Amino acid sequence: MSVAAHAPRSLRAEPSRGRSPGFWGMWMLIFTEATLFSILLTSYFFLRFRAPEWPLGDIPPPELALVFVMTPILLLSSAPMHWADVAARRGWTGQLKAGLLLTFLMGATFLGLQGYEYMHTLREFTPRTNVYGTLFFTITGFHGLHVLVGLVMVLWVQFYAWRGAFGRHRQGPVEVVALYWHFVDVVWLAILVSVYLSPHFWPQ
Amino acid sequence: GGSREPRWAMTLVLGGGAVVPFAVLVALWAVTLRDAAALSEPPARPALTVEVVGWRWWWEVRYPDAGAVTANEVHIPAGVPVRIRVLAGDVIHSFWVPELGGKMDMIPGRVNDMWIQADEPGVYRGQCAEYCGLQHANMAFFVFAHPPDEFDRWLAAEAADARAPSTALEARGQEVFVNGPCAGCHTIRGVVEAGNLGPDLTHFGSRRWIGAGTVRNNLQNLLAWIPRSDEIKPGNLMPPIPLSTEDLEAVAAYLLSLE
Amino acid sequence: MSTTTAERLERTWEEAPGLGSWMDTVDHKRIGKRYLYTAFLFFLAGGLEATIIRTQLIRPELELFAPETFNQLFSMHGITMIFLFITPMLFGFGNYLVPLQIGARDMAFPRLNAFSYWVFLFAGLFLYSSLLIGRAPNDGWFNYPPLSSEEFTPGINIDYYTLGLLFLGISTTAGSANFIVTIFKLRAPGLSISRLPLFCWAILATSFAVIFAMPSLTAANVMLALDRMAGFHFFDVEAGGDVVLWQHLFWIFGHPDVYIIFLPAVGIVSSIVPVFARRRVIGYLLLALATVATAVIGFGVWVHHMFAVGLPTVAMAFFAAASLLITIPSGIQIFAWLATVLAGRPRLDTAMLFVLGFIFVFVMGGVTGVMFAVVPFDQQITDSYFVVAHFHYVLFGGTVLPIFAGIYYWFPKIWGRLMHEGLGKLSFWLIFLGFNLTFFPMHIAGLLGMPRRIYTYRANLGWEPWNLWATLGAYLLAAGIVVLVANFLLSLRRGAPAGRDPWDGQTLEWATSSPPPAYNFAQIPVVRSREPVWDQPELRELDRRVEDPELALAEGHETVGTSVLDADRETVLHMPSGSMTPLVTALGLAAVFVGLLTRLLPLVVLGVAVAVAAVLRWLHLEEGAA
Ligand code: HEA
Ligand code: HEA
Ligand code: HEC
Ligand code: CUA
Ligand SMILES: [Cu+2]
Repeated sequence: MSVAAHAPRSLRAEPSRGRSPGFWGMWMLIFTEATLFSILLTSYFFLRFRAPEWPLGDIPPPELALVFVMTPILLLSSAPMHWADVAARRGWTGQLKAGLLLTFLMGATFLGLQGYEYMHTLREFTPRTNVYGTLFFTITGFHGLHVLVGLVMVLWVQFYAWRGAFGRHRQGPVEVVALYWHFVDVVWLAILVSVYLSPHFWPQ
Repeated sequence: GGSREPRWAMTLVLGGGAVVPFAVLVALWAVTLRDAAALSEPPARPALTVEVVGWRWWWEVRYPDAGAVTANEVHIPAGVPVRIRVLAGDVIHSFWVPELGGKMDMIPGRVNDMWIQADEPGVYRGQCAEYCGLQHANMAFFVFAHPPDEFDRWLAAEAADARAPSTALEARGQEVFVNGPCAGCHTIRGVVEAGNLGPDLTHFGSRRWIGAGTVRNNLQNLLAWIPRSDEIKPGNLMPPIPLSTEDLEAVAAYLLSLE
Repeated sequence: MSTTTAERLERTWEEAPGLGSWMDTVDHKRIGKRYLYTAFLFFLAGGLEATIIRTQLIRPELELFAPETFNQLFSMHGITMIFLFITPMLFGFGNYLVPLQIGARDMAFPRLNAFSYWVFLFAGLFLYSSLLIGRAPNDGWFNYPPLSSEEFTPGINIDYYTLGLLFLGISTTAGSANFIVTIFKLRAPGLSISRLPLFCWAILATSFAVIFAMPSLTAANVMLALDRMAGFHFFDVEAGGDVVLWQHLFWIFGHPDVYIIFLPAVGIVSSIVPVFARRRVIGYLLLALATVATAVIGFGVWVHHMFAVGLPTVAMAFFAAASLLITIPSGIQIFAWLATVLAGRPRLDTAMLFVLGFIFVFVMGGVTGVMFAVVPFDQQITDSYFVVAHFHYVLFGGTVLPIFAGIYYWFPKIWGRLMHEGLGKLSFWLIFLGFNLTFFPMHIAGLLGMPRRIYTYRANLGWEPWNLWATLGAYLLAAGIVVLVANFLLSLRRGAPAGRDPWDGQTLEWATSSPPPAYNFAQIPVVRSREPVWDQPELRELDRRVEDPELALAEGHETVGTSVLDADRETVLHMPSGSMTPLVTALGLAAVFVGLLTRLLPLVVLGVAVAVAAVLRWLHLEEGAA
């Protein structure tokens, strides 16, 4: 759409103030998804405290070594995402692309490691073993799915960054994707504490 | 449009909508706490515990101390509190005798206790109150409250094994029962043990109803029930059982003799 | 100048007639009407099911319908009314009216709006296809496991339930997010939050409740679907699962949901009362606060649906207290409406009759609700017909009567004609009397021990007369609804032209033509009052009048973005025009759900591919554009 020359001055001439509808829309998505994760984790503890032992059956508490590698990778990936966000705002396209690339690589590494972890874990127990297995795989798998969606979003803005779609006149999409990515990172912390750490440190 | 809000209007809104209701609600809550506390514990420790298990769509009734088991009838002594322990065999059911008190859900994996007390001897109808599938509508039972000594006699009789056949027809009926499919599901204590796929029939002859309050227990209804129970109670879990007329009459006679 | 502005707007916003624009429209008014029509058809379907239920129960031991049929009918009746009728119907009003009442040209995300509608339609058809093949959900609208597990209800009946509600949840959530952002960002300059029309307050509160309540239902249904289709163990007691978990999750959603349903209806009442009392509403602030308070407290009462589960007494005392507390906001609302009527000069048009009927019926239903909060009483009466009576008093009385009032009130705006008053009053009295005749006797049947969800009952338990009356009442009620539908259809063709403002309304929708033009307002109005149309004489003929050319925005699809609290002008928002992508995305999702239902993996994969492709197309950023 062309911006007509005789369009009203004040509203158009000023740089737009306030947050965009997209920003608020993303917050709504985050609210509802955060609630979903809290419900899943609450269900985890609800079932855990009805169980005679935890983990149920002969399953050992979750292996932590790999998780202690995965966690920093995912959490630190928020830094390049933030860098990309700032770069988009200032119109630094090169840094935007670099930040997005780094974010993507770290996120993908996390997912790869999670897949590797699954291959091991699935040999010991599956979601069908008992409700412990059900919860473990549902919750971590659900988070993994969110990382995957986040990666697709990152690719999407990367694509448009290459086509030069962002600049001072438009950075909303990057901001919104960054918001989502930070959210997925923070949720991981809650999962780490509940699903991985609590069976070790919180006795039945 | 009119002008600003008149003073009386705000008094009405806050008085009628907040102050008065609040007073009523506090009173109601006090009643709730009082009654809930009073009802959660019986006035005296119940001497008798009855275990009731909900199955689709009948009730298993056990007297663990006496070793008696029956179905679809709960016999209790009148005038004293009785503990009812409710369990679920398959899905969720709910134990409810409207004239004797509130409900208690029967939930797989959980054990719930409640108590009832019938002040007067008599018969009280109960019904399953949690939707449990196809025949939730026909899942009733009866509570029989007896004077205490009568109850003791009943319990002793109920705990005893089934009586032996006394006529040739009944003997034949027992034989058909034991060798036929019936023994795969129904226990007759002293004759066959078969878990609890179907109601215990040890003293079936003295029960008033067939199929958890669906039809009266008499020869005619029993002759109809055994071969085609699904016509009386569609979808119930006892399969249609084809028997020759002689076998059918013999089994029916035998079951009715089990007082 | 002003005519040319209107003409230019006409050119930019007008949609070509024809199938193409029918499929790709993003106009909130067209989408709103679609919601209303579709939801109302589901109401008729649910009502037909109810009529069959009542017919089966007219006498004891009738076997007109097999138990299995009856169970599918009452389950579909509940599911239809709750999920496919009430919420979408109110979303229809919201869609049509919120942008008009806040002086905007569309919703914040017009394409998302179209998408929400299509998903609602497809999810509804998905659920109803089960009835066509005789395999509808049959474990009631709250579908407790283990009855609803694969073991005890094999077959696809319950897969329809889990998948259908997951599918529908996407629509409800997206619609709610859209309402929130619209109300936050698109209000006309000066329409600060303290001037927000009460209907918009209600939609806002409801939408937030959806955002926080829906995940609980989603989680429950994902768990049940995984248990059933993939052998997981959430509700499998043998493997460490627990069936009561479902009850908590369902009611953590379910109770907020009854207020999600109820609040927009309350918003309708708050819109109508001042207009027909012909004075400003009394206690605007209290009404807005009560709306929000109801939504918030509504999250703390769910256990009152589980008083017979055998939970600890302390827990029950807490939830009883919360359930009692929630009556205060309702009480305030009731008395604020009464005070407004008493202080005004009321006129009794049909819309107002429905509102007065609502007040009477809802107070009765509310009072029986309060009785349940007394735990021992609830343990006696739960799962009996007394509960059925309570929730129809609050659902039908508390929500459907306001919806009917809303139809009579906004019909002139939406369809440009007046409804017939005589037929209107006839429909009111038939519905009001029929309703009470149907549902009042159910209180008594419940007190006499009649459980709900039974396909038949024995004679001589004292239940016969009450069931007979209830069934006769249901027929009378049905007659009233037939009159209402007839009046609607008749007025659509023959009704007298309504003009802009037949009722002397107070909110901005009455300042533009009936029906409004595609662009709603020739100029985004500047608001200085809570009842702008009453207080600002310049707010007339807004379909063509332009005072401030800066706010005409006639060059493209545009509306004004304002700040969240004070509605200060911030920016010009570019609105998208028609697009097929929402429809294609929704179709892709439909393929996913049908594929899951029929276990056709290729269909699922195809659906995902289509949906992802459509979303990417949808989100395509045009080069250089802002
Ligand atoms: C629109 C929907 C709606 C609304 C508004 C309500 C409103 C209320 N409901 Fe209801 N309810 C349902 C829909 C609704 N309900 C449904 C669908 C079910 C059953 C689900 C199922 O099992 O299938 C149900 C079931 C239900 C139960 C569970 C019953 C059981 O299964 O055992 C309970 C228990 O506490 C309850 C309580 C309440 C209360 C306290 C209110 C309060 O909000 C009411 C407040 C209003 C008033 C009280 C009237 C106005 C106030 C005054 C005039 C002030 C003065 C009043 C007093 C001081 C009392 N409801
Ligand atoms: C908004 C919600 C809503 C509404 C409006 C209604 C409306 C009605 N309900 Fe509803 N009902 C529920 C929500 C609702 N119900 C819920 C949630 C349940 C619980 C389900 C469960 O247990 O799981 C329930 C359960 C329920 C039961 C209990 C079933 C049982 O426990 O076995 C009964 C029994 O009488 C009943 C009756 C009715 C009747 C007679 C109406 C009437 O008001 C209907 C009036 C409408 C009409 C009569 C339509 C007229 C249409 C025609 C005449 C057809 C014309 C057709 C064409 C032109 C195409 N309902
Ligand atoms: C597959 C299991 C099964 C078999 C085999 C079976 N039954 Fe049953 N039976 C049941 C079940 C289950 C019920 C409870 C039905 C109900 O009320 O819903 C029942 C109920 C009954 C009742 C009514 C009990 C009561 O108190 O209501 C009688 C009598 C009875 N069966 C007799 C028989 C006879 C006789 C046979 C063999 C000829 C037989 N059953 C074979 C499962 C079985
Ligand atoms: Cu058993 Cu209902
Ligand atoms: Cu509730």
